[in-house]
Amino acid sequence: MNDGFDYSSLIPSFLGGVLIGAAALLLMASHGRIMGISGITSRLLKPKPGDIDWRISFLAGLIVTPIVLKFSTQIDMQVVTDVSTPALILAGLLVGFGTVFGNGCTSGHGVCGVSRLSRRSLVATVTFLATAMITATAFRLAWGG
Amino acid sequence: MSLIIPFITGLIFGVGLVVSGMSNPANVIAFLDLAGNWDPGLGFVMAGAVLTFGIGFPLIRKKQGKPLFSTTFTLPTSTELDRPLIIGAIIFGIGWGIGGFCPGPALVNVLSGSTQGLLFVASMLIGMLVGVYRKS
Repeated sequence: MNDGFDYSSLIPSFLGGVLIGAAALLLMASHGRIMGISGITSRLLKPKPGDIDWRISFLAGLIVTPIVLKFSTQIDMQVVTDVSTPALILAGLLVGFGTVFGNGCTSGHGVCGVSRLSRRSLVATVTFLATAMITATAFRLAWGG
Repeated sequence: MSLIIPFITGLIFGVGLVVSGMSNPANVIAFLDLAGNWDPGLGFVMAGAVLTFGIGFPLIRKKQGKPLFSTTFTLPTSTELDRPLIIGAIIFGIGWGIGGFCPGPALVNVLSGSTQGLLFVASMLIGMLVGVYRKS
């Protein structure tokens, strides 16, 4: 554990999580859909007629977030990554393929599936969390990032 | 109206990612990297989201016979723990552990001015494309 850790940062963490959960509720109440970002995105890559418009609308709202925040609150998003370009490309390919192959990511399996106590989502979430922890720890020990 | 709600939903989700700090991969890595200065933040984000959806979802299903703009709630029906589920989760976990980006936080960075975010999203879309066409 980090000695100098500022515990007050956990309040926005939790509140941001509540907003994420509220968004998932809204999409369920309006369109009856699970808010899984990998599925919403990847199913646009091989679109089915009649199942396109709400996905584009959702993604548009997600993508304009930085602009809305900048003009309404002056929040400038911080993006810090110490990962090299080749590693970042590899990571993107793995995340894209893995989430399609395993039918979900942090939002679909991790938030919506775990909340519904879906057996598949619970197993997927434990698996990708454990794998990500092992990978992140090993990767940064090896490269001293 | 039926298309305004998903737009607002995407925006609320995006704001949630920024407020929670999850749009910044450094905060995600701080949770995943157990040998560094560990930050439990991501766990609190998940707790907030799971509690909210976990409490609200049964209420919505009970009170609303059907969604506002659809005839049914579309929920996954499979309960089988098959190989693609596990292998996919492992592949995703490796990529997430390297970069600290998962699909939502990656997409919210498309217009944040981060070239690394854009590069990640482009690679992710290629990975998804391979997955989508391999499946069929």
